Amino acid sequence: MNTDMKRRVFLRGSMAAGAVGVAVGAGLLAPQSVMAAWPKAAFDAKSVAEAGKTAMGGTDIVESSDIKIKAPDIAENGAVVPVTVTVKPSMEGVESIAILAASNGQPLVGLFKLGEGAVANVSTRIKMGKTGDVVALVKAGGKLYSNKKNVKVTIGGCGG
Amino acid sequence: MAKKSIKIRAKAKKGVTTVKSLMSHPMETGLRKNSKTGKLIPAHFIQEVVATHVHDGGETVRMTTHWSGGVSKNPYLSFKFNGGKKGDKITLTWTDNKGGSESATAKIK
Repeated sequence: MNTDMKRRVFLRGSMAAGAVGVAVGAGLLAPQSVMAAWPKAAFDAKSVAEAGKTAMGGTDIVESSDIKIKAPDIAENGAVVPVTVTVKPSMEGVESIAILAASNGQPLVGLFKLGEGAVANVSTRIKMGKTGDVVALVKAGGKLYSNKKNVKVTIGGCGG
Repeated sequence: MAKKSIKIRAKAKKGVTTVKSLMSHPMETGLRKNSKTGKLIPAHFIQEVVATHVHDGGETVRMTTHWSGGVSKNPYLSFKFNGGKKGDKITLTWTDNKGGSESATAKIK
């Protein structure tokens, strides 16, 4: 990895939102052997809106019921919370899906970029430190949409 | 790196292929402490997973994911795509924050 590639990531992030400045100020952009494509600034972001904008490059986030989040109402074990995000076919041109846990210190958990022909339907398992919303952000046709679902966590999954 | 640790199941039905996979990885956030020493356990998690569909016409990347340590230990990933038929192959490759990487291929059933 060369510095030029790093700069590219940095620039992309800072154009998307002012979040990078915050991250730098907090000393979070310490040099680390990360891949150029991995959006570090987005993963370091402290709020859902910030992370979403940094990761996906949008400005306004519109709530949409076309996004379905399947997750348990009560998660007994916060270390393993199954989450499935499905976007109704009526929403066209879905480019990427982000899954965030609003109550986590670093909310952005996963960013899924849909390749050619991919259906807007992804499942994974995430960690949640405490009760909070699971937020799904979807970028479709250049716009950002979101929906959320509250999950109660009885045992946190981020502690030791 | 660790031994082969990716399980993939891929099934084609009515023109849609569903891929389910399990990877074996500690997914340490870097925020946990070792209960005996009190020292932080260094972050070690998968940062990128790329799913490639190998078919007659070549290769198509169907899904690229970027993850943080917020994904559960031994991560599960499932997704769908239009296209794919029996006998085609799905290759999954992950790369973690320490530069480790692993790849596995499975046939679509």
